[in-house]
Amino acid sequence: MPEQLLFAMEVILNGLMAGVLYALVALGFVLIFKASGVFNYAQGVLALFAALTLVGIMEGQVPFSHLINAIFGTDLHHFGWEIPAIAAILLTMVVMVALAYLVNHYIMRHLVNQDPIILFMATIGLAYFLEGFGDLMWGSDIKNLDVGLPQGLNGFIDETTFNAFGYGFFIDNLDIVASVVAALLVVALVIFAQYTKQGRAMRAVADDHQAALSVGISLNFIWVMVWSVAGFVALVAGIMWGSKSGVQFSLSLIALKALPVLMLGGFTSIPGAIVGGLIVGVGEKLFEFAIGPMVGGATENWFAYVLALVVLVFRPQGLFGDKIIERV
Amino acid sequence: MKLKMIAAAAAALMTAVPAYADLTIPALNYRTGPYAPSGIPYADGYSDYMTLLNERDGGIGGERINVLECETGYNTEKGVECYEQTKGQGSLLYIPQSTGITYQLIPKASADGIPVWSMAYGRTSAVNGKVFEWIFNLPVTYWDGASVAVKYAMEQEGGSLEGKKIALVYHNSAYGKEPIRTLEALAAKHGFEFVPIAVDHPGQEQKSQWLQIRRERPDYVFMWGWGVMNSVAIQEAANIRYPMDKFIGVWWSGSEADVVPAGEGANGYKSLTFHGAGTDFPALQEIKTTVIDAGKNAGDGSKWGEVGYNRGVYAAAMTAEAIRQAQEKTGNAAITAADMRDALENLTVSDARFEEIGLGGFAPAVSQTCGAHSTPRLAAVQQWNAADKTWTVLTDYIEPDFEIIDPLIQEDSMAYATEAGITPRECN
Repeated sequence: MPEQLLFAMEVILNGLMAGVLYALVALGFVLIFKASGVFNYAQGVLALFAALTLVGIMEGQVPFSHLINAIFGTDLHHFGWEIPAIAAILLTMVVMVALAYLVNHYIMRHLVNQDPIILFMATIGLAYFLEGFGDLMWGSDIKNLDVGLPQGLNGFIDETTFNAFGYGFFIDNLDIVASVVAALLVVALVIFAQYTKQGRAMRAVADDHQAALSVGISLNFIWVMVWSVAGFVALVAGIMWGSKSGVQFSLSLIALKALPVLMLGGFTSIPGAIVGGLIVGVGEKLFEFAIGPMVGGATENWFAYVLALVVLVFRPQGLFGDKIIERV
Repeated sequence: MKLKMIAAAAAALMTAVPAYADLTIPALNYRTGPYAPSGIPYADGYSDYMTLLNERDGGIGGERINVLECETGYNTEKGVECYEQTKGQGSLLYIPQSTGITYQLIPKASADGIPVWSMAYGRTSAVNGKVFEWIFNLPVTYWDGASVAVKYAMEQEGGSLEGKKIALVYHNSAYGKEPIRTLEALAAKHGFEFVPIAVDHPGQEQKSQWLQIRRERPDYVFMWGWGVMNSVAIQEAANIRYPMDKFIGVWWSGSEADVVPAGEGANGYKSLTFHGAGTDFPALQEIKTTVIDAGKNAGDGSKWGEVGYNRGVYAAAMTAEAIRQAQEKTGNAAITAADMRDALENLTVSDARFEEIGLGGFAPAVSQTCGAHSTPRLAAVQQWNAADKTWTVLTDYIEPDFEIIDPLIQEDSMAYATEAGITPRECN
């Protein structure tokens, strides 16, 4: 097989894996948009906040230690214990549910029936608040996140492809884990939305929240639930991305990777987020491989948006989004 | 009655306003935002050294030092705001801590008559003091760094890079592109193949770049990265099993924040440096006992001895030496920004002086001149030990290839002079 073809195959496989990681972030956006029509600008910061909280809990870090020490003149930093990853993930989830409750109680429920742009602006405010709050709570230091996920070259794939083609493909073990987790997450979310009482209530609220209210569905409960699920998705994305790069404030910028995925897949479709992620992942990696060297490289960021814009021109609702029909 | 109340209120207000110290140094720090992991250690080191001087010696020449912290968040606009806010407070020197802020301050500070010191960043051609009268970029420039990295690689390869391949993974920005011109010139001179590989900001995803490196199999990979790009690149290099001892970052890609997230995988990674590593220096020990243990430190004390912290100590020590020399030259303890500029232009810190200030062997001697605003232009190579979590300096300070770099500096600085309408001054 020609060498360039083998390289291209490797690039496609890695693009698929990268796409899954993008989709993980995009899923959080889709969930909240689907249930409440809110484009949650804070989703990237939620992933950062979740990852910061997870590391803080695992390492037994005292939250707000800088503030406490500055006010009381103490020298507190750590409780002196470490918590296993699973327990820390569960505790982080409790924090994310509490955060969902607070977001709904203090922001979202006061904005019912407001224009979408007002809700969007509120999430921008929330994003900046959470970024500062996370900094105050856990500090700005870069943190190493190790929940025991394997990382690095997958020896089996390398060896198998080497035996078959004479060139070993590089696939990162962490990407394989991320793909499995994303697949499980999507299946779980689809089952939840389609077959559970709460899931159906969520869809009802998404369709028409006034009609949903009239049949006794609690809007507050549904919104807290949706923000909690989005918080869980953010935690999963935070773990995957944080394991790659450490937990630091740039983690919130992963939201930039999710936007073209949403434009492509549609804002209301869970499978759309996955397919959109895969298309963006493969598209940008292949473009960088084939065209990048001719134009000086670093094409991935803008190419993903070009790809999404092309789709927007022909299908404004995205590949899987609901078509918006306004009747006059 | 009303007049009396107003007068009393004014008097109270006046007494409440703190008197500015005579040696005012604004510190444009970034303790928040995405680059805070790099900004905090430096800010702590700089402030703690100045606190040491205040506590131990009562300042410099009998004048206390007032470090005016201003938070920039590594944002250029905020940095310029900090400059505008503090420049009227008797500021002696600006250390912008960002190439973006430096570029904005070059014309402003030159017009206001306040020196700017971009320490091993900013505009490389500011070395030419004939053109950049108020700008200093000691002790080393990016172009020097690129040349030192090549020289080191050449030494590792037994004196020749003929037929070898060197890749540069760089932040796709003005900063990241700085070494390209030098590396191209050096590739032509030494006969190695040069492969530049760009990474877009912020650099959270670099799979394509590292797959390319895996395919190209370069003999060395150099890195001009920043922020999260560094830690992701080191992790990806470990993932593809690239030999870490052949992966060399610039000094902004060689701190604890860059290597710790990659864990064991970062073991053996190398970077350039222009100062010593660790805490085995009397001045650092004194900071520990006099400042940190006494609770007078700027941060939480946890960064003491880290690369960024030591860099802050280096910057503070050079600032203090310039102030001292300005005081000696003018005979005034309360110096002006113009005195400070003159002192920076004639700054001499010998090995013996480094020894006297408790930093013997910490950095090579400095000897500035009117025409050379960056000296000594040397860099060493340090290596990360993941098990001990320590950096060890491997080499002596290496001289770059001045033959290649100096004509480039001359060309670039003269282009700036033409563009800005500056007539280069004479230096005797």
